Amino acid sequence: MGYQFDFSDVLAYWPVLLYGVVITLELTVFGTILGVALGIFCAWGRTNGSKTLRIAVGLYVELIRNTPFLVQLFFIFFGLPALGLELSAIEAAILATVINLGAYSAEIIRAGIEATPKGQLEAGASLGLTSIETFRHVVLKPALARIWPALSAQIVIVMLGTAVCSQISVQELTYAASFIQSRSFRAFEAYFIVTAIYLGLALILRQLLRLCGRFLFPAQRHS
Amino acid sequence: MMNFSTWDIIHNLLLAARWTVALSLAAFFGGGMMGALILFLRVVPNRIAGLVARFYIEVFQGTPLLMQLFLAFFAPALFGMNVPAWVAAFAALTLWTAAFLAEIWRGCVEAIPKGQWEAASSLALPYIAQLRYIVLPQALRIAVAPTVGFLVQVVKGTALTSIIGFVELSKAGTIITNATFEPFTVYGCVALMYFALCWPISQSSRWLERRLNAAHQAH
Amino acid sequence: MPLIKLTNLHKSYGNHEVLKGISLDIAAGEVIALIGKSGSGKSTLLRCVNGLESFQKGSIDVGGQPALTNAAGLRILRQKVGMIFQQFNLFPHMTAGRNVMLAPMVVKQMSAGQAEEIARKMLDRVGLGTRFDSYPGQMSGGQQQRVAIARALAMEPLALLCDEITSALDPELVSEVLAVMRDLAGQGMTLVMVTHEMRFARDVCHRLVFMHQGQIHEIGSPEHIFAAPQTPELRQFLGVEAA
Ligand SMILES: Nc1ncnc2c1ncn2[C@@H]1O[C@H](COP(=O)(O)OP(=O)(O)OP(=O)(O)O)[C@@H](O)[C@H]1O
Ligand SMILES: [Mg+2]
Repeated sequence: MGYQFDFSDVLAYWPVLLYGVVITLELTVFGTILGVALGIFCAWGRTNGSKTLRIAVGLYVELIRNTPFLVQLFFIFFGLPALGLELSAIEAAILATVINLGAYSAEIIRAGIEATPKGQLEAGASLGLTSIETFRHVVLKPALARIWPALSAQIVIVMLGTAVCSQISVQELTYAASFIQSRSFRAFEAYFIVTAIYLGLALILRQLLRLCGRFLFPAQRHS
Repeated sequence: MMNFSTWDIIHNLLLAARWTVALSLAAFFGGGMMGALILFLRVVPNRIAGLVARFYIEVFQGTPLLMQLFLAFFAPALFGMNVPAWVAAFAALTLWTAAFLAEIWRGCVEAIPKGQWEAASSLALPYIAQLRYIVLPQALRIAVAPTVGFLVQVVKGTALTSIIGFVELSKAGTIITNATFEPFTVYGCVALMYFALCWPISQSSRWLERRLNAAHQAH
Repeated sequence: MPLIKLTNLHKSYGNHEVLKGISLDIAAGEVIALIGKSGSGKSTLLRCVNGLESFQKGSIDVGGQPALTNAAGLRILRQKVGMIFQQFNLFPHMTAGRNVMLAPMVVKQMSAGQAEEIARKMLDRVGLGTRFDSYPGQMSGGQQQRVAIARALAMEPLALLCDEITSALDPELVSEVLAVMRDLAGQGMTLVMVTHEMRFARDVCHRLVFMHQGQIHEIGSPEHIFAAPQTPELRQFLGVEAA
């Protein structure tokens, strides 16, 4: 009893797939830019901030890193309306992505900051820079260059993680797969193709981030 | 509608959390064994074995765990079999865990200085003996902390099995929410329970890392 | 018959030819020092003889047998020639005794008892009989290097290759390692050593090999090399050009 694979039924839904790719990329791009910005702020707060800020950031980072993204998403989308914060599905998804990547990148960037040679700080101070100016001009860029490979890997993980946003009916790639399989009754083929698309996206994203790294940090040749 | 007190909510979530723990441990150990195999293929000096291992790791690290779960759930149907959700969940999580652990461990193997391999070679130890007596014992030591740390990822990964219908902590949260209409409380509790599971593991991973580093410096 | 016979050895990394046809006969019991500028190919030569590097052309014979480059051949070769490294490369997770016992047990399938007996004897021979249970991390560099020597000796090799074995040591620890090497030379061990210790080379070695740009540029007894260097390169290396 051989099963007949039929990918053409699924591929006929290519506009749905394409739309899914666009939404997945939208989540990834917004999530990355805002998430890394949040991460930089938190990393600064954790290394240079007041005691209260340090504790607050520490709590946030630990809380996010030790709970599943799916639960964070459900809490934001289903739970927050109880506090009067009603978000659309896509808004909730972006917010969850930002908060999630913010916590992970905070931890990664902090490691980069803490690896700053002491002499660099002293040189900054000796030039009369304030601590914020030193952070901005002396510490941050080399720190980011140092941890860029780790940060890139985390961004790819976050992109793959957005698959669960289909669960609050954000119409990204995984949603497209569910939609197509419910119409074509070709569950395996639909998920197989979408899995392959994710793999392609992950490979491309990794290369893009590598190029970004080369462009952003030309002096330091990392990998 | 049934009336749920907060205590009922917590009680039911705790019951479901047992399945989260069971699945995490099963996938972690299954994935550990499978990961050791992949690691072996990855480091042994054989091009084909290396390519197979790299392909495996690339695929499982380059696609969403959720997709892997779906495929594990739907693939057996191609052969006319219907597998229960827990089987698909265990299978997919195991394969996924194996890829990540193999990659973590490879990093540990590569962290062993080349001189150790060379010294072992120059003593005429065969390749397998070099691995067994020289490289693996040292790699194992530095692997402990990141391996324990990855257990946190496995626990969090089990949340996705709720989507293919395995009833664990997250699924219980959804079920109870649908009955109580108290998503804030329920998902808050769910999150705290995951935190209670994962945070001690994260902390022990950090503690292990510090301890092993300190011991290393004493050398 | 020479113990080690190198014939027209060629070795390249990519396009970069590092050894350009090395031929050298080493007799049993001979003590040879390889000298030469950084990058002249001394380490590469030793590593080829130990099978740690492959080479493109030429041959290596040890004890009259050509060294094969397959796994079994390398295993035989490495039982005949031991190697000692600049960075000691002791196994940090094993005691000194265990470091020495490992290869006899795994490669020669000795019992633990036999291997321990040999290990104690070899550690005694390098003056570390009391440190059997110490870990490498608890020993000085000089002691670690002596354990490495004992570890190589435990395989009863026909020859020992030593690549700058005192270069990573603090100056005050150099002499204890050289003393061990001097003893070994006195006991008739065949030694091929890359060294920058010119006094040691002059006092202990039978022949000096001056390498330059991947070739043997000059070779001879210490008196010859030091007193009457023939080529300007060797004179410059020895710093006697001005004289
Ligand atoms: N793994 C390698 N890949 C490419 N080139 C190498 C490699 N190892 C050595 N070389 C090159 O081969 C040449 C010879 O190196 P080798 O280490 O044998 O020199 P050496 O005489 O031992 O020098 P030193 O006194 O600095 O130890 C050098 O030019 C070096 O750059
Ligand atoms: Mg050298």
